[in-house]
Amino acid sequence: MSEQLTAPAHPAADAPTGALIEARGIGIRRDGRWILDDINFSISAGEIVTLIGPNGGGKTTLARICLGILQADKGTLRRKPGLTVGYVPQRLKLDRTLPLTVKRFITVRQAASEAQVEATLDDVGSKHLINAQMADLSGGEMQRVLLARALLNEPELLVLDEPAQGVDFAGEAALYELISRLRTRLNCAVMLISHDLHIVMGSSDRVLCLNGHICCAGVPEKIGKHPEYERLFGRERARAFGIYAHDHDHEHTLSGDVAAGGDGGDDCCGHGHGHGHNHAHQPDKNGTRSDG
Amino acid sequence: MDDFLWRALIGGIGMALIAAPLGCFVVWQRMAYFGETIAHAGLLGAALGILLQLNLTIGVFVAAVLVAFGLRLVERHSSLAKDTALGLLAHVVLAIGLIVASQFQSLQVDLMGLLFGDILAISMTDILMIGGGLILIWSLIAYLWQDMLTISLDRELALAEGVNVPRTEFLFSIAIAATVALSMKLVGLLLVTAMLIIPAAGAMNFSRTPEQMVMVTAVISAVSVIGGLAGSVYFDIPTGPAIVVAMALVFLLSTPLKRG
Repeated sequence: MSEQLTAPAHPAADAPTGALIEARGIGIRRDGRWILDDINFSISAGEIVTLIGPNGGGKTTLARICLGILQADKGTLRRKPGLTVGYVPQRLKLDRTLPLTVKRFITVRQAASEAQVEATLDDVGSKHLINAQMADLSGGEMQRVLLARALLNEPELLVLDEPAQGVDFAGEAALYELISRLRTRLNCAVMLISHDLHIVMGSSDRVLCLNGHICCAGVPEKIGKHPEYERLFGRERARAFGIYAHDHDHEHTLSGDVAAGGDGGDDCCGHGHGHGHNHAHQPDKNGTRSDG
Repeated sequence: MDDFLWRALIGGIGMALIAAPLGCFVVWQRMAYFGETIAHAGLLGAALGILLQLNLTIGVFVAAVLVAFGLRLVERHSSLAKDTALGLLAHVVLAIGLIVASQFQSLQVDLMGLLFGDILAISMTDILMIGGGLILIWSLIAYLWQDMLTISLDRELALAEGVNVPRTEFLFSIAIAATVALSMKLVGLLLVTAMLIIPAAGAMNFSRTPEQMVMVTAVISAVSVIGGLAGSVYFDIPTGPAIVVAMALVFLLSTPLKRG
């Protein structure tokens, strides 16, 4: 751990210039434990990056740091000056006692004409909800309204935290299809936190597996082809072995080495390899696996 | 009608208007216990105010601001559950306040008056303070309105959208502290929270926008003050509790009238 504190962050040499957000050597500590450590992450204009990983692996925490909701305890975070971000939180904490129409909810902090709000709601197939009360929305309707709010001012980056939560299975596929279509039109970058790799990975430029640190990064095809892939997600749901099951035997790749979009990189750090990367912060996860 | 009744009526309606927007935010952000804790700090402030021969209202205000500030710190850094931390702080300051107050029997601290209010003893100075408070607090709330509303949607969303959440929350705490200090004479420190949350809870049933809810809250609150005062005179019962009971009656009447 002390090594991590003093050593310089791994150089993110492959971080694309003009990144919207660039995080280097990010770590965050809670109750004496590094819940995220040594994260190098960047996202460029127009890119879709999907974060996967077990519950408690730090996906939401990383998104919160990128959004400025949380402050990292170490490392540096650079955001493109004037970056516009649309954020769709996992769940809105809005209390039922606050009377609010959908239209008002969308425009609380952003000025927009009625026509603009209507057009944006139409984009997410929810024009009819414009005068509905927020408290009366179903889970799926709420997600679409949140998406509309995030999209209203055509952000450069859209951050979605498990957007399909509380949506039934058919609605989930439709929601991802919608996100994919809107993104193509608006050409914004997307940072998507997912528990459903098999649905979203098709449109992702990069997939990052996060479990306290970035344990795997690559284009979806490579990760998808991995023989462990099916088993992995069966396992992840069961929460038995966690995500480490699809570690590879790459010997020279640094943890958190993020491949620039679309170069075919599939960089998985092998735990316990001799690259000076100390995983003592997660002894409970490493015990049962062996390398390649 | 006697002069003191007029003063009570004007002061009471002024307080109803002050408490309305604050009460709505307390309900929307589920902060009832927060208001309670600040109110309990008021007793300590009042006792210290008497000890230091300050104006009572100012003593209460200062203590309430300090506790509000302490609360935010506890909230952020304590590993205790939030309600446990608040309950702890609330009752510790209440206990210390009672001890300090009990040491000054010779100064004739009207403990019952502090805890339950004494609206009929309201002075012209009190009315002027309530008037000034009304202007200042409504100005502050108008200034904070959009940011507070965004925080009410979702605190993290507000942070992500660049709202200065800690500053907004701190200024709001000051407004709550001022309301506690001003309403002490009206309903007493033990019943201040009722003044904040009951009318707002009643208003939510027939409001469709946040602004509408604040207006309805103010009306419910003012009507309850008038009703409570009348009941107090007619039945010869304590005024503060009578106002709170009147609020509860309006709330009960409002519950069948859900918004459609």
